[in-house]
Amino acid sequence: MADATASAIPAPEGAFRRLIERRLALFGLSLILLVVAGALFAPWIAPYAPEEQHFDGLTIEGAPLSPNAQFWMGTDLLGRDLFSRMLYGAQTSLIIGIVANGLALIIGTIVGLTAGFFRGWIGAVLMRFTDLMMAFPALLLAICLAAIFKPSLWIVALVIALVNWVQTARVIYTQTSSLAERDFIAAERTLGAGSGRILFRHLLPHLLPTIIVHTTLGISTTVLLEATLSFLGVGVQPPTPSWGNIIFENQTYFQAAPWLVFIPGTAIILLALAFNLVGDVLRDVMDPTQRGLD
Amino acid sequence: MGRYLLSRFLQSILILLGISFVTFVLLYVLPADPVRQIAGRSATAETVENIRRQLGLDQPFIVQYGRYLAGLAQGDLGRSYLQKSEVTELILSRLPASLQLMAAGIFAELVLGLGMGIAAAVLRGRMADQLLMMTSFVTVSAPQFVVSLLMLYIFAVRLGWFPIGGYGTAAHLVLPALTLGILGSGWYSRMMRSSMIDVLRADYIRTARAKGLGRSRVILRHALPNAILPVIAMIGIDIGIFMGGIVVVESVFGWPGIGQLAWQAIQRVDIPIIMGVTLISACAIVLGNLLADLIAPMIDPRIRLK
Repeated sequence: MADATASAIPAPEGAFRRLIERRLALFGLSLILLVVAGALFAPWIAPYAPEEQHFDGLTIEGAPLSPNAQFWMGTDLLGRDLFSRMLYGAQTSLIIGIVANGLALIIGTIVGLTAGFFRGWIGAVLMRFTDLMMAFPALLLAICLAAIFKPSLWIVALVIALVNWVQTARVIYTQTSSLAERDFIAAERTLGAGSGRILFRHLLPHLLPTIIVHTTLGISTTVLLEATLSFLGVGVQPPTPSWGNIIFENQTYFQAAPWLVFIPGTAIILLALAFNLVGDVLRDVMDPTQRGLD
Repeated sequence: MGRYLLSRFLQSILILLGISFVTFVLLYVLPADPVRQIAGRSATAETVENIRRQLGLDQPFIVQYGRYLAGLAQGDLGRSYLQKSEVTELILSRLPASLQLMAAGIFAELVLGLGMGIAAAVLRGRMADQLLMMTSFVTVSAPQFVVSLLMLYIFAVRLGWFPIGGYGTAAHLVLPALTLGILGSGWYSRMMRSSMIDVLRADYIRTARAKGLGRSRVILRHALPNAILPVIAMIGIDIGIFMGGIVVVESVFGWPGIGQLAWQAIQRVDIPIIMGVTLISACAIVLGNLLADLIAPMIDPRIRLK
């Protein structure tokens, strides 16, 4: 029935757009799967160990080798196989993407949910603190934090989470406070449901679509921030490979060996793009209020 | 209006106070000891103790913070530990370079972003629209340093059109500004596109077309001015992301602004400089948000101050 009405309205533009969008989402999804597979199976796919310095990995003058039959993506400054380092670097990016973003979502959801549901002075304090964090230059804050703690994989994830929870908290807060006003919540309360039941059985399921969309879009932000921190030298530390620190290590050579910068650079862009594309379509599908807005 | 202004102003001051407090707490717990760095490896315990007392680092936390705030009220951001000069002076001496880059960057951002957005809205649903929106997605997904290095490689190293980093002439400004422009354009083009599409749907546009006006005239004279205003009002909100970009772009291009200053200070754990730059950036963000809120209703009467 609903389908019949929808198809009765001639909307060739919209249909075309939707199709393209789905195809882009499919493209994004396959990119993500490719990276996940590369990261998971890195020990089996990688032709060499990521830290192995090859005797024949440098020219006689000591310069890195460009992509060739033996080293598919060339070698880096120390004569290590770039392809193997890229595969292991994918592990780093994904671990940080999942851990940092997961943490940020948990913090953001708890803060937003608490502030929106309980209101009062707790809500006021939490939201003023959120506003304050919003006014912080995110990258500078992350750099400060990363400089304070000795950066390791987990610390970098924590730093990114401490910077990135803010947007989620804002969105969840707005949604929770409007949901809490609705009749079905009042009805539950009249029926004697406790706060815990209302929060977990009624509010959280309504917030799920928002949370899922933010998870996808957030991973993209996280991947970018990790790469930037590693590039500035305050992220994941060598010899652990990360796409950002591969560029950091080799940037002095980039005029002579541009592939050492542009192969990892392209990988970062594609992964962030993939999560953005999937997130955008998810938002379209899961949040009907956004439909037709753009 | 007066009351609203006052409360927004007080709110901004509170946020800045909060930011100074959080930054101070963060840097207070910094495990790296600045005194050791200043004194050098061979210093005796006595010398270290003396320097610590000189810098006031032996005082309790609240005293140190109080002192910092008192200085702040007089525009004093403290002294750099290593460069032996006032932070305020250091920042002021580098501010012109950063402001120059910011102005050029925001200009590039707007020209590219608004241009792409308008083109996409007018060509809505066509191949060009899809391509433009895809481009905006890519620029949003690209890390600042990768775009910086790419621009440097193509236009400076390969083509040799512009100098490889540095500061001084107009030619030095082009690449960093263009990089900032490309990085920010995706955000603006998406907003501009949806704003323009909204306006093109409006009744007065249909009326204008029905009167017999040409399509391009309607787009340029009737739709554009209305669609562009809400997007212009967003510049203030964009400042936060922009300040992050400044740090990376200045570091890559060797642009002697406050972003590069902060970056150098972080590597040497020069706390007063890091705090100073963070505070200045936060000021810019708070000010940007405040201006965005105040200007929006002026250029777009549909938005009312609450």
